[in-house]
Amino acid sequence: MVFEPWQAAVDWFTYSLLGLSPTSPAASALNFFLFDTVKIFILLVVIIFAITFIRSFFSPEKTRAWLAERKGSTVVGNGLAALLGIVTPFCSCSAVPLFIGFVEAGIPLGVTFSFLISAPMVNEIALGMLWGLFGWQIALIYIAAGLSIAIVAGIVIGRLGMEQYVEEYVYQIRVGPSGGEGEKPTLRERLVGSWEASLDILKRIWLYVVIGIGIGALMHGWIPAGALAEYAGPGNPLSVIIAVLIGIPLYSNAAGILPLVSELTRAGVALGTALAFMMAVTALSLPEMILLRKILKPRLLAVFIGVVGTGIIAVGYLFNWIVR
Amino acid sequence: MKVEIFGNGCAKCHQLEKHVTEAVREMDLTAEVVKVDDIVEIMNRGIIFTPALVIDGETKVAGRVPSVKEIRELLTAGA
Repeated sequence: MVFEPWQAAVDWFTYSLLGLSPTSPAASALNFFLFDTVKIFILLVVIIFAITFIRSFFSPEKTRAWLAERKGSTVVGNGLAALLGIVTPFCSCSAVPLFIGFVEAGIPLGVTFSFLISAPMVNEIALGMLWGLFGWQIALIYIAAGLSIAIVAGIVIGRLGMEQYVEEYVYQIRVGPSGGEGEKPTLRERLVGSWEASLDILKRIWLYVVIGIGIGALMHGWIPAGALAEYAGPGNPLSVIIAVLIGIPLYSNAAGILPLVSELTRAGVALGTALAFMMAVTALSLPEMILLRKILKPRLLAVFIGVVGTGIIAVGYLFNWIVR
Repeated sequence: MKVEIFGNGCAKCHQLEKHVTEAVREMDLTAEVVKVDDIVEIMNRGIIFTPALVIDGETKVAGRVPSVKEIRELLTAGA
């Protein structure tokens, strides 16, 4: 694989130059830290830049117009919304105005939710970290699982007919004409803009990533593989549910938590449990719930959390069952 | 010049406000800086992606926090 020369360099540094014994915990931790930090940052840069660049071709306004054109809650509508959730620029700060904008444009509630679930869950940081730590196969599985949850949860919420549990004032709002989007950027401007945006994201998360890998490295050195299998392995029926409950309040540190999650799987935590934890961290974040409460009555908010939470737990068990 | 900051109270919106205030002070501009955090008003203005920076009625930035340097450039272009 691409990182073999780097592994060789790190091996030489830890075992030959520093003269640490390959079997000592300190050597193992240091080797892991050096190798993983560089590998993860390279993959993060690649993924974040690629997604930011793709996103420069999309905008929430365009996505809204596309979804509004195909009114009616169909599986295709939910699928399209979930897919657009990945490529449309999104931040949880804008969940409320986006939601109102979608509803006002006549987009069905279930389709709106498919978008709102997939947008934060399948994000560039999570994908970059998953690719770096678990490999591209797991990153792809994560995308597929995230899309499935967004589509199914959106369809379920749509079928439940909960329109009256959106705060009334939302339906009174009329979205006015916007102040224009400016000129269309050239390819060069897109590339430069995406690069700058990627650096911004990296500046925001790098410290968490390094700390996360640091703690992961300590675990790598001192906690033997499989040590936690007894508690959180595929055999423990409650592990997925507990992982989801722990994941909900942990939002802002998703970048720092993943290296730990990866180490936990090495220590014996089942992969499905780890993925469920990851999804709970990204899709059901506490700050976003507080914002959504402004537009959703408690009952709909509870249904949203319940349906998405159930979906995540189901995916977690499915994986624990498949990957044994 | 009228500079408007749209956001419904998230961390990024506060940061945008800080950057704008700093840019305006550095440039010694006489600009009217308005913070709009009422969601109804935000929607009425056609903004569905916050935080947003609007200069003289034209949406310049939406959904991200531009640097102080970028805001200075936008303000210079608008002056």
